[in-house]
Amino acid sequence: MATLDSKIPSGPLADKWRKHKVDSKLVNPANKRKYEVIVVGAGLAGSSAASSLADMGYKVKCFVFHDSPRRAHSIAAQGGINAAKNYQNDGDSVYRLFYDTIKGGDYRAREANVHRLAEVSANIIDQCVAQGVPFAREYGGLLANRSFGGAQVSRTFYARGQTGQQLLLGAYSALSRTVGQGLVELHTNSEMLDLVVVNGHAKGVIIRDLITGAITRHTADAVILATGGYGNVFNLSTYARQSNATAIWRAYKRGACMANPCYTQIHPTCIPVSGDYQSKLTLMSESLRNDGRIWAPKKKEDAKKDPTTIPEADRDYFLERIYPSFGNLCPRDVASRAAKRMCDEGRGAGETGLGVYLDFSDAIKRLGENGVRERYGNLFDIYHEITAESAYKQPMRIYPAVHYTMGGLWVDYNLMSNVPGLFVLGEANFSDHGANRLGASALMQGLADGYFVIPYTVGDYLAGQKPGSRPAADSTEFKAAEENVSAMSKRFLTTKGKQTVGQFHKRLGKIMWDHCGMARTKEGLEAALQKLPALREEFHATVNVPGSGDTLNQSLEQAGRVADFIELGELMCRDALTREESCGGHFREEHQFADGECKRDDEKFGHVAAWEFQGVGKTPVRNVEALNYEFVKMSVRNYK
Amino acid sequence: MVAATTSSTISVTLRVWRQAGPKALGQFKDYAAKDLNSNMSFLEMLDVVNDELTLKGEEPIAFAHDCREGICGTCSLTINGKPHGPGKGIATCQTYMRSFHDGDIIVVEPFRAAAFPLIKDLVVDRTSFDKIMQAGGFITARAGSAPEANAAPVPKGDSDLAMDAAQCIGCGACVAACKNASAMLFVSAKVGHLGLLPQGQAERDRRVLAMVHTMDEEGFGNCTNQYECSAACPKTISHDFIARMNRDYLGATLRSAFKPEAASSGGGA
Repeated sequence: MATLDSKIPSGPLADKWRKHKVDSKLVNPANKRKYEVIVVGAGLAGSSAASSLADMGYKVKCFVFHDSPRRAHSIAAQGGINAAKNYQNDGDSVYRLFYDTIKGGDYRAREANVHRLAEVSANIIDQCVAQGVPFAREYGGLLANRSFGGAQVSRTFYARGQTGQQLLLGAYSALSRTVGQGLVELHTNSEMLDLVVVNGHAKGVIIRDLITGAITRHTADAVILATGGYGNVFNLSTYARQSNATAIWRAYKRGACMANPCYTQIHPTCIPVSGDYQSKLTLMSESLRNDGRIWAPKKKEDAKKDPTTIPEADRDYFLERIYPSFGNLCPRDVASRAAKRMCDEGRGAGETGLGVYLDFSDAIKRLGENGVRERYGNLFDIYHEITAESAYKQPMRIYPAVHYTMGGLWVDYNLMSNVPGLFVLGEANFSDHGANRLGASALMQGLADGYFVIPYTVGDYLAGQKPGSRPAADSTEFKAAEENVSAMSKRFLTTKGKQTVGQFHKRLGKIMWDHCGMARTKEGLEAALQKLPALREEFHATVNVPGSGDTLNQSLEQAGRVADFIELGELMCRDALTREESCGGHFREEHQFADGECKRDDEKFGHVAAWEFQGVGKTPVRNVEALNYEFVKMSVRNYK
Repeated sequence: MVAATTSSTISVTLRVWRQAGPKALGQFKDYAAKDLNSNMSFLEMLDVVNDELTLKGEEPIAFAHDCREGICGTCSLTINGKPHGPGKGIATCQTYMRSFHDGDIIVVEPFRAAAFPLIKDLVVDRTSFDKIMQAGGFITARAGSAPEANAAPVPKGDSDLAMDAAQCIGCGACVAACKNASAMLFVSAKVGHLGLLPQGQAERDRRVLAMVHTMDEEGFGNCTNQYECSAACPKTISHDFIARMNRDYLGATLRSAFKPEAASSGGGA
């Protein structure tokens, strides 16, 4: 059994982080350059961590599988980033942001981590503005804000509908600067395929150069994974096509615990699926819910009708009806399930019946078409490109889609996993969002981890490691890890079966969406746990990966990722089956109130489940970290 | 335009550039893509063709892609001679088969430029863009040293214009569209974005000089004012930024001639 010590500092909530920073050990400036830190991934968390650590004096190597760090999928975040600046004078505070995030996460996150996140949120905005991130401003030149789901204050900073892009380019510019100064050694087109653990500590990685196929060993004093989430287990999601779980999954197989893998976020406002050839789903930002009103036809017979012909009296603005105090701005999990219930009742819109309307006609009346264009123009354009429909003329059709994973590798308060020396940042870890993430909080967490947390906590670990004590790259563990990676590639390339990697990914996605999607049942999850091991075996026996391993081979890259997704899918189902309650993004049909809301069981499941690998096909061990709520009372979430 | 709620089926012939590696000889090859749903995206169509090729035992067509929503800048492709295809203000991944007709022959090539060496088939190496950014595409602001965000108000007009430039996705279509393979739109977008903001003033001269210098070093051509770059840009970034950069560059060159920067910024007392 792994030991899970959360290392939460003692004392009052608001003093924990300050106290912890004082108590953390430091590495003296002359010694910092003797330590080498590997950062895998260069999204918001990875880029900000790499540049911050390099500026502090550590030797940093950064690996990204993209052709440039600027491609990471943080770039696609649309709506905004939360920060407790209280610029709107509307009653916001660090405590309120903390409380909203804890409540939004359905009381399944650690209080101390979330409070720290809220504390540093204001510094993030300062940092980004200093880097030149062009946030939206008012005519007086000061920063503008908007509202997001799960909050009754306006604390979201934004750059049109491209906030993630601008924040990532800010972090990328900091990373580029440190690369240019020779402080960071950047390796692009380089995919991490194994973690090397020596004497129980993470001491390096195995990398495949995606262009030449060369497999190389890299040693370090600490390894930081910032490789994002695993929503592509579902095949169709709002993730980028290449987003994958391989780095965290291979770390899991080397002993790092995977926490709460069943917590997946289904975003309510995405463009519905249109055909089986589809490769991805596109998000329509939550910010649209500031001005758009969500409705479904009241009568089933209206479901196929042109929505503009359905009179006001026959429209059911169901979020406003069910949740009058939060209305269209209730949290994502709540809004998604409500939309699903409307469709399940037969009132879903469009050909497939899987859609509800997001209507801007009232906003256009109020603000004029240009007013709406100024706020959301680029989102309306995206919608038009994909559907060939104008949302200025008719309501958007939307449906929930997989968008984010709250689960991830288990980390303590220092963001270090149970494998010493292995740190995990951003979406790749499990720490701050509980069972449901609020909108505009992912960007906040990624940058908090990279700019303001890891610079303090990595030193505390390194101070205990003797400078120059890194193992050599030709040690047994490195050789074995490299052989493991080479053998895997070879196996994929020599199977030469009858099905493509993409076909397997689609089948996996269907099993996961049907049984481990928006609503889960014991029977469904048990069925998935039968199907997935069979799919895994079939994959390894009959997959067809063309080409060779010594050149750019996108099928080979994808084969490794899908193989990992199949195994991870199994763990997600196992976690969902064991968690006999509903909370946030995890909804078990057996556990709900009469009105269809989540029914938690704090007594039995007020904890983190951290799974420990025992071998492929073997049942993993479920470790538990109790969640002690000292400052907030766990209560039924109420957005009514 | 056909509404997405209704779909039709088309068949096209793809004429695709195939090249096994940087030094291999390349050639066009034809592939039949049959019975395509017109609501399919161009890249989804390539996915389908690639699955068929794989099952036939042939190597699939290598092409770069990732977010498939027009923001990451990974996808490239010159489609029928136009970088990012026929649509205006969109990337290849936002191109849908409804933009084509049944029976069309569609020519698919990589972005071609000396500074973007070919890796395989339709994939090119755009590291040169990163090098330009590393030379000066930033404001130096270490984590922890930033002043309060609202301390320096930025006029909304400047901020909006900066955002227009900052939208660049670094795809390289501007280079592929330019007969000189110039990167002036890309470089000027970053110079413009940072130079418009008060935070960007301290490094303004250094930035433009370093970025332009690296751009030249990486083998990009010069601008001869044809503005194909803006026409091909998936974010429709205006060529006005090129004029702005030229002005900045001239000013910075003159200032550096009369008041050379200290030879070393490091060290100190």
